[in-house]
Amino acid sequence: MKRVWLILFLLSAGMVTHAKTWYVGNHQFYKTISAAVQAAANGDTIFVEAGLYHEKNLVLNKKIVLKGIGLPVLDGENKYEIISVKANGVIVDGFTIMHSGVSSMEDIAGIKIYDCREVVIENNKLDDTFFGIYSQHGTNCTIRNNQLKAYKEEEQQSGNGIHCWKSDSMRIIGNTITGHRDGIYFEFVTNSIIWRNTSFKNIRYGLHFMFSQNDTYVTNIFRDNGAGVSVMYSHSVKMFNNYFEENWGDGAYGLLLKEITDSYIGGNHFDKNTTGIHMEGANRIQMERNTFESNGWAMQIQASCMDIVVTRNNFIGNTFDVATNSSLVLNTFNNNYWDKYEGYDLDNDKIGDVPYRPVSLYSMIVEKNPPAMMLFRSFITSLMDKTEKVLPGITPENLKDEHPMMKRLN
Amino acid sequence: MKKIIKYVMTDILRNRIVLLYTASLFIISFSMFSLEDNNSKGLLSLLNIILIFVPLVSIIFSTIYVYNSAEFIELLVSQPLKRKTIWLSLFTGLASSLSLSFIIGAGIPVIIYQANTIGFMMIGMGILLSIIFVAIAMLAAVKTRDKAKGIGVAILLWLYFSLLFDGLILFLLFQFADYPLEKPMIVVTALNPVDLGRIMILLHMDVSAMMGYTGAIFKDFFGTYTGMIFSFGIMLLWIAVPVWFSTRKFNRKDL
Amino acid sequence: MIITSNVSKKFRKLKALDNVSVTCNKGECIALIGPNASGKTTLIKTILGMVVQDSGFITFNGNNILHHWQYREQIGYMPQTGRYPDNMSIGQVLNMMKDIRGDKVTLDEDLVNAFELKTLMNKRMRTLSGGTRQKVSASLAFLFSPVVLILDEPTAGLDPVASEILKEKIIMEKKKGKLILITSHILSELDDLVTQVIYMQDGQLRFHKSIEELRSDTGEVKLNKAIAHFMRKN
Repeated sequence: MKRVWLILFLLSAGMVTHAKTWYVGNHQFYKTISAAVQAAANGDTIFVEAGLYHEKNLVLNKKIVLKGIGLPVLDGENKYEIISVKANGVIVDGFTIMHSGVSSMEDIAGIKIYDCREVVIENNKLDDTFFGIYSQHGTNCTIRNNQLKAYKEEEQQSGNGIHCWKSDSMRIIGNTITGHRDGIYFEFVTNSIIWRNTSFKNIRYGLHFMFSQNDTYVTNIFRDNGAGVSVMYSHSVKMFNNYFEENWGDGAYGLLLKEITDSYIGGNHFDKNTTGIHMEGANRIQMERNTFESNGWAMQIQASCMDIVVTRNNFIGNTFDVATNSSLVLNTFNNNYWDKYEGYDLDNDKIGDVPYRPVSLYSMIVEKNPPAMMLFRSFITSLMDKTEKVLPGITPENLKDEHPMMKRLN
Repeated sequence: MKKIIKYVMTDILRNRIVLLYTASLFIISFSMFSLEDNNSKGLLSLLNIILIFVPLVSIIFSTIYVYNSAEFIELLVSQPLKRKTIWLSLFTGLASSLSLSFIIGAGIPVIIYQANTIGFMMIGMGILLSIIFVAIAMLAAVKTRDKAKGIGVAILLWLYFSLLFDGLILFLLFQFADYPLEKPMIVVTALNPVDLGRIMILLHMDVSAMMGYTGAIFKDFFGTYTGMIFSFGIMLLWIAVPVWFSTRKFNRKDL
Repeated sequence: MIITSNVSKKFRKLKALDNVSVTCNKGECIALIGPNASGKTTLIKTILGMVVQDSGFITFNGNNILHHWQYREQIGYMPQTGRYPDNMSIGQVLNMMKDIRGDKVTLDEDLVNAFELKTLMNKRMRTLSGGTRQKVSASLAFLFSPVVLILDEPTAGLDPVASEILKEKIIMEKKKGKLILITSHILSELDDLVTQVIYMQDGQLRFHKSIEELRSDTGEVKLNKAIAHFMRKN
């Protein structure tokens, strides 16, 4: 046993002795980072002092640690991709990355990972980049605590904040993204986690997620994005404790689910969205303990959805709780709290004795005939809803919560 | 003319129903703003008041007032006054006192809690609807001799504008569901001042996002400067046309 | 002064006025007499422009009244039942009328004083009795010293004292040479007042005679007897 420890110690000592440390700065031998990278070998660390660097395109093709001291600025002069990572195990830490090039032909990014493993991009500040941090065929990389900000106003001129394409086992943690086209973009990304990010005021989606299986996102905040969050063509997605807030406007959704199967949505908050969740072609989805508050529609379930189980959620202050365009109901509602519930609880088990029907007649009409929205808030629609509540005839017979809760669930 | 307006107004403003109306508007508006946790919800509740309660009170009160003033009108007609002057004074008196009630009852709370474009839009629409329904009431009253029948007609008209018309729209929307109806609906809206008022207010509130494509089309039209002028013009027409017809009728009416 | 020529008026099927032509001149005091629904009030109302005739025309001092609404400045009208805005006080009603037409003429407040309306000035109209309202109507009719007085059932609802005051006032005005048109059911009151009688029935003018003519024709001194005599003849 002692021999093993000795060998390990010798090995690590050997590595330390081989790794060199380089300094870049105005008063250092190396004035530019690229010169230092040229000189460095695999496993070396380069410290960059505060200052303004015009490196054009900085290519990191060795396994090095690039660390900024006092957020040195790398300026891409609106022409270049600022950092290209082309070696495994590179760490880029503590830079301000500004003014990348903009192109309609290629995806120019502030920091781009090309086909590498174990890359770490952390504590950087990206300002006015086209794409922010871009992973192309990245595996087991970490993108952590970066702040990304872009200023373009039109979709075509703007790239995504954190963009992952054909990547696997990614960790996207604690980043703040604003002003990009999509805050976080995932396409063909598997086994990854998105955790504690804040994505707000992006032009299109806070999170855009396609063809990506077995991913989890937890405790993120998606606020006031052009169209909310869109999760499409994926299976086995888990979403916990996220906040979908203030995605308000024409065609804006807190969360848009399209062709999603076998997924779990739990403990999320949907606040002040035009539509809390919109589901199309969603199958076998478990939704529990979510809170829907002050949305236009809390939930829109299209006819193409099946086996969606909605239990123990809170529905508070929404204009419409549930809308559907189908009279055939293949989804289950149970034990939710609905603030519009007017039933009673004679046996005092905290569960209402009569079922609650979350679909109002007017919401059905609007689903079938969208121009009927012009009667929104008119006397006739409220009268129709009241009548339908007393004498249900048109709203789907089976769409009901048999056991609505009397009090808000925690 | 001014003199008669002055006397009609002093008479109406002392009327118990009008005082009650003002007070109830005041209490309802205040309680709506203070009960709802955010003010835009209060505005939404107030919207119902403006669209339902205000026209109802305006039309019924004005109809009854015109009938009750029959002898007074006779007295005025026997005086050296033009009939047109008498009728327009009566209209102006009714319209301005009911508008004043609305401004005091609903306007003050709105200004206190929500002094912005939407608030002023709501006050404006409330005033316009008050005046429009006074005009419609006077037309109904001058056309029907019998008081009970006249009040019945007034209630029916209110029912039509606040309920039946929308039912008709719904029917048309489903009958012609295969056609793009958003644009024709702009025209249809102009045929009902209550709908026009509702849409003008909704488009200025953030709930308009919920109105989807229809809302967008409406916003494209009513949201523009021309659209505003257009709808304001339509509202004025809704005042001018009934007033013109009723004046014409009154000029030839036997008392 | 007032000439109606072939005036006809139909209310639905009922012929209220059928080809009525009368001439009323200054200084006359004319009783408009006839059974119920004979068209008396309608005739008054057409003269006042409150009812618009279907055919024929009416002139006041030679001007067609259809186009000259100002002629009503010269008429004082007392309606059968005067109703006023409920919430106005007597004072306000009087002031309103003065506002409307009082700026050119001298005010004649004899009746206002005689009926002691000054003490009631602050009473609201809706609280008044029918008689008091009639007093207000009468005062209003005389207030602006009009040249023509049209009184529709002036004494109905008035107590005898007030009735007498009104009668005296009418005689006084008659002496000033004004044209006075009175309808009344109580013919005995009219005896010492009228100079002419217009008798109407079924919307038609039956006769228009001076009181002397009527007396000599029927041989009766009292007006009610004379009229009764005439009605029996029909």
